[in-house]
Order: sequence, then C-alpha cells, then structure tokens
Amino acid sequence: MMKVKFETKNYSLKYGSFQALKNINIEIPENQVTAIIGPSGCGKSTFLRSFNRMNDLIPNVSVDGQVQLEGNNIFEMDVVELRRRVGMVFQKPNPFPKSIFDNVAYGPRVNGTGEHSKLTEIVERSLKGAALWDEVKNDLAKSGIALSGGQQQRLCIARALAVEPDVILMDEPASALDPIATLRIEELIRTLKEEYTIIIVTHNMQQAARVSDYTAFFYTDESRCGQLVEFGPTREIFTNPNDKRTEDYITGRFG
Amino acid sequence: MGESSVPMSKYETKSTTTNKEIANLKSRHLAEKAAFGLMWLGGIVTIAILAAVVGYVLLQGVKVIDLEFLTTAPQGGLSGEGGISTTIVTTIYLVLITIVIATPLGIGAAIYLVEYAGEEKGIVPKLVSIARFGVETLAGVPSIIFGLFGYTFFVTALKFGFSLLSAGLAGACLILPVIIRTTEEALQTVPRSYREGSLALGATKWQTIKNVVLPAALPGIITGIILSVGRVVSETAVFYVTLGGSYRMPKSIMSGGRTMALHLYYLAMDTMAFDKAMGTGAILVISIILINIVINYLSRRLTAGLKGV
Amino acid sequence: METRRVIDNTIKYLLLLTTLVSLLIVALIFIFTLREGLPAFQEIGLKTFLLGEVWRPGQEQYGILAMVAGSILVTIGAIILGVPLAVGGAIFLAEIAPDSMQTIVRPAIQLLAGIPSVVYGLFGMVIIVPLVRELKVPGNTGFGLLSASIVLAVMILPTIASIAEDAIRAVPRSYKEGSLALGATHWQTITGVILPAARSGIIAAIILGIGRALGETMAMIMVIGNSVVMPSPLNNNPLTLFMRQARTLTGNIAVEISYATGVHESALFATGVVLFILIMLVNSSARFLMRERANS
Repeated sequence: MMKVKFETKNYSLKYGSFQALKNINIEIPENQVTAIIGPSGCGKSTFLRSFNRMNDLIPNVSVDGQVQLEGNNIFEMDVVELRRRVGMVFQKPNPFPKSIFDNVAYGPRVNGTGEHSKLTEIVERSLKGAALWDEVKNDLAKSGIALSGGQQQRLCIARALAVEPDVILMDEPASALDPIATLRIEELIRTLKEEYTIIIVTHNMQQAARVSDYTAFFYTDESRCGQLVEFGPTREIFTNPNDKRTEDYITGRFG
Repeated sequence: MGESSVPMSKYETKSTTTNKEIANLKSRHLAEKAAFGLMWLGGIVTIAILAAVVGYVLLQGVKVIDLEFLTTAPQGGLSGEGGISTTIVTTIYLVLITIVIATPLGIGAAIYLVEYAGEEKGIVPKLVSIARFGVETLAGVPSIIFGLFGYTFFVTALKFGFSLLSAGLAGACLILPVIIRTTEEALQTVPRSYREGSLALGATKWQTIKNVVLPAALPGIITGIILSVGRVVSETAVFYVTLGGSYRMPKSIMSGGRTMALHLYYLAMDTMAFDKAMGTGAILVISIILINIVINYLSRRLTAGLKGV
Repeated sequence: METRRVIDNTIKYLLLLTTLVSLLIVALIFIFTLREGLPAFQEIGLKTFLLGEVWRPGQEQYGILAMVAGSILVTIGAIILGVPLAVGGAIFLAEIAPDSMQTIVRPAIQLLAGIPSVVYGLFGMVIIVPLVRELKVPGNTGFGLLSASIVLAVMILPTIASIAEDAIRAVPRSYKEGSLALGATHWQTITGVILPAARSGIIAAIILGIGRALGETMAMIMVIGNSVVMPSPLNNNPLTLFMRQARTLTGNIAVEISYATGVHESALFATGVVLFILIMLVNSSARFLMRERANS
C-alpha cells in the first residue's frame, strides 16, 4: 500500500488579506516524486514552502487547516527539527560563500555533529549522492560559489542530503540551468526517490512528465487564489485528465 | 483466523528523533534565547545611553533656561554671569556664512561629477578621479586640522583675523564633502528616464539639469544642507581656533565671537557655571533634535516622491 | 540655438571648476600644514619629535610620544567598550528587532550621532568623571583615559553601528533561507552564515570608528586630564593605566595653539601632520575593505 508522507487537510494561506491558497487537500505519497504544476502565480511555490514552514519567515502570513507529516501536525512541531527532516533546494542555487566541504558540512555541524572524521564521511557520502563527488573530490577547499551553475545546484542538493532528511522539496531546481545541467538534475531526482520523498515544483510540463510519478495541477483565476484542481498518477494526468482546466493547461491552451 | 482488527497505518514512520537529537535541539534553542537576550540588552542599553545623556542635559539645562537666559549677553567672570544671546546670534551667522559659501560649490561639484564627468575624454577624467580622491580625503580630515588650516591660511596668511569670515571659510571646507556626497546621492536617484525625456524634447543638458533633475533631487539636496547645518552647530574644534573667544555680539563679518558649542566649552573649562553650561547644552540638544526631525521628514518626502505619491 | 550651446559649455566648465575646488582645498591644507610644521621637524628632528617622551615647550623639548600613547590608548579603550555594543546593536536592528523597536532604536542612534561633542564632554565631566573617581585607587582623579574611553565609546557607537548594520543587511537573503532550510536556528544562521558574509563590512565599520576616535578633540580635552606625562599604571595592577590622566594628539594642538609661537607653534602643526597621516592610513584601509566587499 502506498504510504503517505505528507497530508494537507483544507489547508489555506493568506498574505495579510490576500488569499493565496484555498482549501488544499492532498496526500503526498512516500518515496515517490510528486510534481506540482500550473500557470505562473497560482501559488505553487507558496504551497511547496508550506511543507517546511518557510512561509513563517514572511510577516503577516496566516494559515488555516492542517499540514501533517506522517500524521503529525507540522505547526505543532519544533520548526528547526522539521526543517532538518524536510530539506529544500531553491530555484536559484545558493551555496554559501564557504568551501565545498564547509557547505556540505554546514547542516550536520549546526545539528550537532562536530567530529572531523564523521563530517568527512558525511561530506563524501552526500556529494556522491548528489553526483558531484567525482568532479570536486580533489579540491573540497574550493569555494562553493566558484562552481558552475549546475555544479552549484548539485552542491545545494548534497548540502540538503547531508542532514539525512526524509523529504526533499525542490522549487524549480533546474530553471536557472542550461539544458545539459537540467538533464543531470533530472537523472539525479530519479535516483534520489529510492531513499527520499521528493516534491518538485516545475513550470516545465515536459520535465514533470519525465521525472514525476504523481502530479498535482494547481490553477488560479482572476482572484489569484491558488487551488488544487487535480492530483493523480502522472501518466493519467497527462493522458486522461479529469478536469477540463487540466486538459487545457496540458495541451498548452494557456499558461 | 487472525484477521487484524487494527487498521494498517497509512504512515511509515521513517525516522524517529533520538534522545541525543532532542537534547541537541534543546541546547540550541537555549543558546539562541540567551544570545537574543544579549542582543536585546544591546538595543536597550543604546536607548538607555541616549536617554541618560539627552535626559540629563535637558533636565539640568531646562532649569536655567528662561527668556532672560536667551536674551542676555554673557558677562564673563568665574561664575559665568549672563545668558547666551550673543552666542545664539553668532551661531546663526556662522551657519549662514558656511552654507552660503559651501552650498554653491558643493552642489556645482556634485552636478559635474554625476552629470558631466562620465562623458568627458582626454585629460578631464584624470582630473576628475583626482578630484574625487580630493573629496574623499577631505571627508576624512579631522576637524582640528581644518581649524589649524583656517588659523594659518584664513586668519594669518589672508589676514582675515579671528572672524566670522575665517571661521565661515574653514567651516565651509569642513561641510563641503558632506554637501557633495549627499547631493551626488540625490542626483543619482533621479531616474534616467527623466533626463532622457527632457533631452528628447530638444532641451540642452543644462536646461535638463536645471528644470528636471535638480527639482527632482531637491529633497535630497536640502537634506544634505540641513545635515550640514547640524554639523556647524555641533562643531567646536574648527571654530575654536578661527573665531577667537570673544563673547560679544559680532558687529560684522570680520568680528570674532563664540558659538553656543564654544560657549559651553568655555563655561565648562574656565568657570564654575556648570548650570549655565547645561543650559547651553540643552539648547544645542533641542536644536539637533529639531534638525533630525526635519531631516527624517524630508527623507520620507523624498522616498514618497520617488514612488510617485 | 548657438547661445544655448555657449551657455551650456560655459556652465560645464564652471561646474568643473567647482569640482576642482575640493582638490584645491585638500592641496592647500596639505601644503600649509606641512609648511608650518616643517620647521619643527627640521629643528627638532623627526626621531626626537616622534619618539620623545618629554613635551616641555618652555624648555624647548618637543617629544609627542606621550600624546601618541594617549590617542592610541583612549582609542583602544573606546573600541573595547564600544564595538561589542555597536555590533550587537547592529545585529539586533538588522535581524532581531521587531518593528516597534526599530522605530525607537534607529532614531536613537541617529540622535546619538548628532549630539555635539562638547555636550558629551560636559556629560562626561559631570557624571562619568565623578563615577570613575569612586574607584578608590590612590592617584585616581576621575579624569583620565578611562573616563575618556567611556565618552569616546558612546561617540563612536553610532558610526560603527550604522555601517555594520548596512553590512549585515546587505547579506543576500538566499544565504539566510538556505541555512534555515537545513535546520539551523536563527541564531546559528546569524553566526554561521550572516556574520561571516558581512565580516569585511563590519571590520570597515570598526576601522571608520577608529578614525573617528582618533580625530575627536574637544570632548577629550574635557575629560582626559591633559597631562603631558607618558601614561603609566597607578600601581601594580596594569589596568590602572587607564586611570592615568593623559593627552591626545588632537588635544595637544587645541590646548596650546592659542599661545604658541615660533618652534612651539610649528611643533603643533607638526603634530597635526602626524595626526593627518595616521587618520589617512586608517580611513584608506577602511575604504579599501569596503570597496573589496562591493566587488566580490
């Protein structure tokens, strides 16, 4: 039986008086890649950032309904612990201005791991897991920001892997990268899903079709309030959608 | 038979938080609370210092301030008889003189640096970068050096003597970098589209600057001027060696005198009249507070103006 | 049409002239100060002037080492007292303070920056000096390096705090988000990512504070005691050094210029030259650091 990793129940979010998300009900399956697609401005990123409570950083944000990680309400959890378990890779790669080693070791260090031998082991394992090890293993002291765009993004993935999360959230991880780097990231996602649950926001439909097992289609009208229109296995969504709006988006009639 | 009556969980609990991790989380949160407490302390201490200095000076000073204090001249003597009327007048004159001298020079230089300097070729860019270096250096010169310069150049060499003129010129040198810097910033925030729009209508460069850019930059420029006024009111070292120490009412631009700040200094060092010194200090502090309020108001007008409000 | 162009050009050159005025002033300051100070260097000798511990113009002795020590010691004291408070305040404003506190603390710092130095000096004379005098060490008059350091620390606080705050705010938000997303606390993010990224800006702020401290004159005269003897500890405890009265380079100039003549006067200008060079070095290194940060 497909296990559920994340579940939202009537989840809504407001920025001040502006309703950004309304009544989202979804069950994100474990160890699968779930893609969130939809036209721009429909709240995809906002929804993604709900899972690790990054929206808490924005003033005047209020939420309604529930978001549960393995049945536990994330708003009642220690947010620091939540964010260790639910990692995030951002749209624009954001390595710290530190060495490659210190970038990857940052997460374990802040979470309490201090011994250098342990950190070295974690760094190697994470860089391998992000398919970056072979390219950088001879110069871990090099600055993270001196890498190419694609390498930087894989460094950020390695950094996220280093704290051993259960879930990895990816916010348009390849949109700032060239096509070859993009393909490498997509390859990486496919291998990562064996150990992690992955939720990826993408505006690139072909990417969603290539990479994901499940797809959630979000839509918004003039009110600019995001709603979940349809959710299901990717193949079904793309070949036989239930909702006309989904079909219109898939076939390129808008968005 | 053995059919389970407990429904199978739809969750697979992957990772559980170990005790070690719980303890680590706790200590991290504690460290954060302690650190933030310290930072809050820092913020509060800063306010407390301000309250102490300003509050004490105002409280003590207000006891001495009355109409007589403000309108009587100082009489000198060990108990610091009299009021501060002449010093108020001297301060105002000095502010006017320094502003009148420094503003045209400063605004002119800023206009050139922002609007013209980029397009020149040949020897001019070299001159301009040296001039910029000059402005930056000038900004870093300590005020006593301006005083020394004023003493040897204006007072002695040009034979202006201890006078409002010498002090005004020395003070103008002091505030010139401030006016140049703030005017430059004000000019740079004017959107390029304003200039292009005017030039596209056939206006010359100077017409554009005069009619479009300067008016738009005006709040910022005025902020810089008022900042300089505050600087002149607060300054002592520069005027100490160029104004002489007389507490009489200045009769002309060649007369010497005392600013309020200088008067406070003399009262504190040469007499026992600490109460009158506090009174002078209170007037100074109130002036600075008013100046700050005006500056903040203007800054808000500036940002509102840029947003097209 | 032609007249407009002529006017335009004339104005351009007029404005160029005004720009060169600043350069002219710097040159004049440099030339005249040096001219007045040169006789002192020539007659007294550079080494005796800079390293001589005795300043006794009446007996033709002009060594400024005691004043150099005074300036440096009071600056060190001000930095020790002021930097933690200023940087802490900057972190507080940039990362921690809620809006309500921002509207109070920021204008407070702005006001602290504008208060005349003589007012600080007066406050120092009336409140700080008597407080320091409470430290019952024989020879402690209250006036001296400690009182001066306290007053100076308050005076340089706004300079350091506002530049440091700018440096902290300039750190890209993406670093902060990246750190928090890894499960770091806000404080860990500040110490682990934000402060290291802002480091050169914060150091530039401190260096500018040092420059400001070295240039302060009147407030120092009012509380530092103006002794021209080389500062030394009052007893076995080296910390009592700070209870000693002293004089700064700036104070040296201001106090004696009104009655100095001849070589004496020239020596005061020479003190000005030394001060000028010292502050120039300090400010250049700060500007260098800030430019480096802007480029990276």
